[in-house]
Amino acid sequence: MNLSGWGCFPKIMAKALSFTDKASLKTIISKYDQLIAYGNGRSYGDSALNTHIIKAREHHYFLDFDEASGILHIQSGVLLAEILESLVPRGWFLKITPGTKLITVGGAIASDVHGKNHHMDGCFSESVIEFNLMLADGSTVLCSKTEYTDLFHATCGGMGLTGVILDVKIGLKKIKSQSILQTTIKTQNLKQTFAAFEQHKDQTYSVAWIDCLAKGAQLGRSLLMVGDFADDGDLNYHTNKKLSIPFNFPLFALNKLTVKAFNFLYYNKVRQTISKQKVSLDSFFYPLDALLHWNRIYGKKGFAQYQFILPKHNSFEGLEKILNCIADSGKGSFLAVLKLYGKENENYLSFPLEGYSLALDFKMDDGLLDLLKQLDAIVLNYGGRIYLAKDSRIDKATFEQGYPNIEAFRALRKHYKMDEKFQSLQSKRVDI
Amino acid sequence: MSTILIIGAKSDIAQAVARQYAAQGYDLYLAARNAKELEAFAHDLNIRTQRAIYCVDLDILDFESHQTFYDGLKEKPLGVICAVGMLGDQKIAESDFAQSHKILDTNFTGIVSLLNIIANDFEQRKSGFIVGLSSVAGDRGRASNYIYGAAKAAFTAYLSGLRNRLSNSNVHVMTVKPGFVNTQMTKNMDLPAKLTAQPEDIAADIYKAQQKGKNILYSKWMWLWIMLIIKHIPEFIFKKLSL
Repeated sequence: MNLSGWGCFPKIMAKALSFTDKASLKTIISKYDQLIAYGNGRSYGDSALNTHIIKAREHHYFLDFDEASGILHIQSGVLLAEILESLVPRGWFLKITPGTKLITVGGAIASDVHGKNHHMDGCFSESVIEFNLMLADGSTVLCSKTEYTDLFHATCGGMGLTGVILDVKIGLKKIKSQSILQTTIKTQNLKQTFAAFEQHKDQTYSVAWIDCLAKGAQLGRSLLMVGDFADDGDLNYHTNKKLSIPFNFPLFALNKLTVKAFNFLYYNKVRQTISKQKVSLDSFFYPLDALLHWNRIYGKKGFAQYQFILPKHNSFEGLEKILNCIADSGKGSFLAVLKLYGKENENYLSFPLEGYSLALDFKMDDGLLDLLKQLDAIVLNYGGRIYLAKDSRIDKATFEQGYPNIEAFRALRKHYKMDEKFQSLQSKRVDI
Repeated sequence: MSTILIIGAKSDIAQAVARQYAAQGYDLYLAARNAKELEAFAHDLNIRTQRAIYCVDLDILDFESHQTFYDGLKEKPLGVICAVGMLGDQKIAESDFAQSHKILDTNFTGIVSLLNIIANDFEQRKSGFIVGLSSVAGDRGRASNYIYGAAKAAFTAYLSGLRNRLSNSNVHVMTVKPGFVNTQMTKNMDLPAKLTAQPEDIAADIYKAQQKGKNILYSKWMWLWIMLIIKHIPEFIFKKLSL
């Protein structure tokens, strides 16, 4: 079958292998090499792509839920959306959620995803109690923070390169309402944006949309949105009817002018410096999920997401350089998202570290890869790294410099004899 | 009384229907051969929805057992949804009557045996609904699957007659005619993407139409128009077509 990540680049032909239980998964693993688990196809680049993929999405039963403790036991192909549909009405929510609910739990662990509360609560792995992992020899081990800890910390953020996750226990958090009380703070420049983040860092959720085409005195102007669940209100959770982008937009649809116009309108839509809103959980956490196939607006050549993080003490200077570099190139991005992160965790390859991260979408076109190479150099120069779940292009040196634990990760893969068995196009490219 | 009986519960459409009704607050009987194999699915639904889900053994080809099966249901269902279906192998069926027989019995005779029993009960108590999953294949016989199509045509006529008979007894009978659907049954066919629905789409259509009391449902909707055209192609042309 034809396969690509969410960024529609690269596109490859792959053989998709399905399993229904442990035994059939074991057969697949013993029969093929160069396997990688594939969830719902929402990582952007080539981290879940290879000539043979193991489809995990159909492995999606709920196994148990304990109302007293909020511990949910599920198979790895369950979507976060399915968890919300069942459990928000009963007053439970994910401790950690990324900006889309259309990913599998297995994928959430493999990318050790994070959300708007990273500065308070860390990555998805913080909510993971234990999981069963099938290794290269077909055996299954139960990994947690006390059992097989090496495999636990390697698998969380390990991009599927340590085996196939079968089932998972995660802890959920109690909520009293499905509404979020949101405050929007409009800032004029990067300095104000940083100050606003610091000022509101006791808020559970925070994220900023940044106008990456603004230059000069307006460089770094943003809309910072902070908030938390309301204490009162209803738990009615029904997803609105979704709009779908029915076809790939023509390549000219997104150009410097339209992106600039969008950025201008979006920024100026908010009039006051500080405004308050009550919004639904879906529109706060998952605004883009309402638009099915939104990746098609970038046309058939696809797009590249570029997300990097810089250590806090270097963030301001580094971001200023990068924003200038992007503004000069004229290659703007609709979705530029800035976020303050909390402490780094113990996982080998997790992306977050204490500092600021910026995520950008760029349409694939001539000259983009050169621009991204320039950005790579700045990121590394300031001690940062690039997010593997969104990457389709970095080279080995860029990767290694950003992820100092890579040698330990490679050694672990060798030790468990999984280095030949589990591979993705990405892992081959950066030589994991 | 809030339990729905789903017959042929192992099919993909049946399971999507089960998810739909459980999410809307109904308890379920899931009936199929070797119902034990449905237990993981039933357990999953129970955790997701907190509804009671019972797996019950039913062999649609064992006509003699149908009365015992129905009598064995502790609480009689509010409504029944019949998703039994077997495409079979047309080519084999042409030369091997055993295959034809099995296709006809599974898609028609067996269902008649069971639905007769249920219809009588519903008629007597003057409530309930019967949803039958027929097929657009029953609208006009085609070379590629006319044994299956003939059974479905018979089932469509059966449902139509049942609807006529029960309309004064407050029992609603709905005929569902799905077009192309992505399921186990069709996984080796090369279906046109734009005309092919997911089981969840069909299930959502069924729930909505059943609640509204619709009589005949084409799902997805465009199949009404496609079949209207196909039904009206003059026979002297139709017989030359390869459909």
